Amino acid sequence: MDLVLLIEQLLNGLQFGVMLFLMAAGLTLIFGVMGLINLAHGSLYMVGAFAAAAVASATGSFTLALIASLAAAAIAGVIVEMVVIRRLYDRDHLDQVLATFALILIFSEGTRWVFGSFPLYLDVPSALSGAVDLPFGISYPAYRLAIIGIGFVVAFGLFLLITRTRIGMRIRAGESDREMIAALGVNIAVLYTAVFALGAALAGFAGALVGAIQSVQVGMGEPVLILAFVTIVIGGIGSIRGAFVGALLVGLTDTMGRVLLPVLFGAFMNPSAATSIGSALASMSIYILMAAILLFKPTGLYGSA
Amino acid sequence: MKLKSFMLAACAAAMTTGAAQADGLKVGMITTLSGGGAGLGIDVRDGFMLAVKQSGRSDIELVVEDDQRKPDVAVQLADKLVQSEKVDVLTGIIWSNLAMAVVPSVTAQGKFYLSPNAGPSALAGKGCHPNYFNVSWQNDAFNEAAGAWATENGVEKVFLLAPNYPAGKDMIAGFKRFYDGEVSNEVYTKLGQTDYAAEIAQIRADDADMLYYFLPGGMGISFMKQYAGSGADKPVMGPAFSFDQGILGAIGEAALGVKNTSHWSKDLDVPGNAEFVASFTEEFGRLPSLYAAQGFDTGLLLASAMEKADVSDADAFRAALKEADFQSVRGDFKFAPNHHPIHTIYMREVVKEGDVVTNKVIGVAAEDHTDAYGVDCKM
Repeated sequence: MDLVLLIEQLLNGLQFGVMLFLMAAGLTLIFGVMGLINLAHGSLYMVGAFAAAAVASATGSFTLALIASLAAAAIAGVIVEMVVIRRLYDRDHLDQVLATFALILIFSEGTRWVFGSFPLYLDVPSALSGAVDLPFGISYPAYRLAIIGIGFVVAFGLFLLITRTRIGMRIRAGESDREMIAALGVNIAVLYTAVFALGAALAGFAGALVGAIQSVQVGMGEPVLILAFVTIVIGGIGSIRGAFVGALLVGLTDTMGRVLLPVLFGAFMNPSAATSIGSALASMSIYILMAAILLFKPTGLYGSA
Repeated sequence: MKLKSFMLAACAAAMTTGAAQADGLKVGMITTLSGGGAGLGIDVRDGFMLAVKQSGRSDIELVVEDDQRKPDVAVQLADKLVQSEKVDVLTGIIWSNLAMAVVPSVTAQGKFYLSPNAGPSALAGKGCHPNYFNVSWQNDAFNEAAGAWATENGVEKVFLLAPNYPAGKDMIAGFKRFYDGEVSNEVYTKLGQTDYAAEIAQIRADDADMLYYFLPGGMGISFMKQYAGSGADKPVMGPAFSFDQGILGAIGEAALGVKNTSHWSKDLDVPGNAEFVASFTEEFGRLPSLYAAQGFDTGLLLASAMEKADVSDADAFRAALKEADFQSVRGDFKFAPNHHPIHTIYMREVVKEGDVVTNKVIGVAAEDHTDAYGVDCKM
């Protein structure tokens, strides 16, 4: 394994992590502010991807498709929050899990009803197709570089939003003491809807970005949802910074594990046993990471007890 | 109370049995109509119903159930269809793991099972059964043909990629069975993986002549789009599952030039195939996939057997099925002694026809191909 390949794989891990962050940020915000476990977050990711695919095929513009994904997921988020989620804040987590699981089924069948059962077509914009040459002879897909860039911009934007603006202040206040900010005259219902819409929009945006290089199909959100949960548990539930660090850790561990573990076992085993043991261990690597981190930091890296 | 309702149920059951056995035949179809793999089940169902409709028979009663791609649901549905619906023939299952859960118990209860997709090796070898007929293929068939084709066309070194689960390993083993060249690397990915950047980087750095992969459904779509965007230029080959009509629409032009093996293609010059493609397109407004063709063949097989024997005479009906006296849309079709097909596997290439990305036959990969497991079948 040479250095160029290794750097390329690091970039891959980074890109995967940045993608996870977009999902995990919404999830952790919603949990941190409202104390709600939202299993339907993956469905909002799917809504974003489908909206982008539909708009891209109608208009041919990827920019419009991205805007549509943000809008569609945010609107879906607002509707879901007002109709269903609002009734769940005071219930215990089991009720929330049940209700949001039902939402997954409703979203999946609803999407199939509207778009059919076959995967949709959504492609990378032509300006970003193909690979670009980086220093040291690395050639890397332009679109993935763009995703890394967008992810860092979004992360920075979220950071500014939460630490520097009034709404960010309210979100932080909501995290630490719900009753108190309601008593101070902040309209908590509107704040909750806004936070939910923001989380939904981020998930939808991630869905559209990833949809261009993956398959836009019913049920695409659930595998990502599991990884997003792992991410926020590692990072500490409710912490945006934790979600960011956790996402990068998960992305890098998963990618490097997939690449390096089979090679590592290959050093002292026959090739076919090494591939199967290596790839089996690689799929466990992020869960091992999670277990190890929880052993030393039971509330996650940035979690408050 | 309990006894009363039990007796009532028994009476009702007796009445329905009486009615069903008089003439005609009841088919139970368990297939995937919801969730990620629904496209496949819907195509099988539509192809099957088209064949039944074109046969002009009004004595085939069809009950369709959705297994949601879950083995436990499929088993419950099979029990329901056999015990309360009293079906004579079952069909429809798409996935090998579901077939393994349902087929042995159904055939043991004396029902017929016609497989329109999925051919796990266990059911072709030791676990074969006189009442089990596979109308599609044994799982390894496309891969064995691809291996033979690669050997014949001088491919010297190949990179293999598949998901880490039994079917993935079977497919790769099938390829290697008929491939004489060198394998540079074998990579198994997580089932359901959607990001392949790490694997693609490995493929690009590898010195193989060709990439051979099996990644069904959404995994294949994701992989192919990412592969085309990565600047990798190794030729790609795989079994048709990763490059079928329903999937090509989602991959788009990224799949152009990919070679894939299949027993059927919509441009295959075989009597009845052009008519099938035309009538399917007219009826359902989309091009048929190979799953639709398999559903159609299953319907034709059933209708052909009904011409010759009544299902109440199980031995005669079995013999009639065994004859396979129908014009398959894939051309010549015979059952081997283990009730799996002997058929020709073609090599197809993904091309663009007008605005549609689709497949074109470019040659024969394996003539009159049969599976390797039949020798273990004792029946």
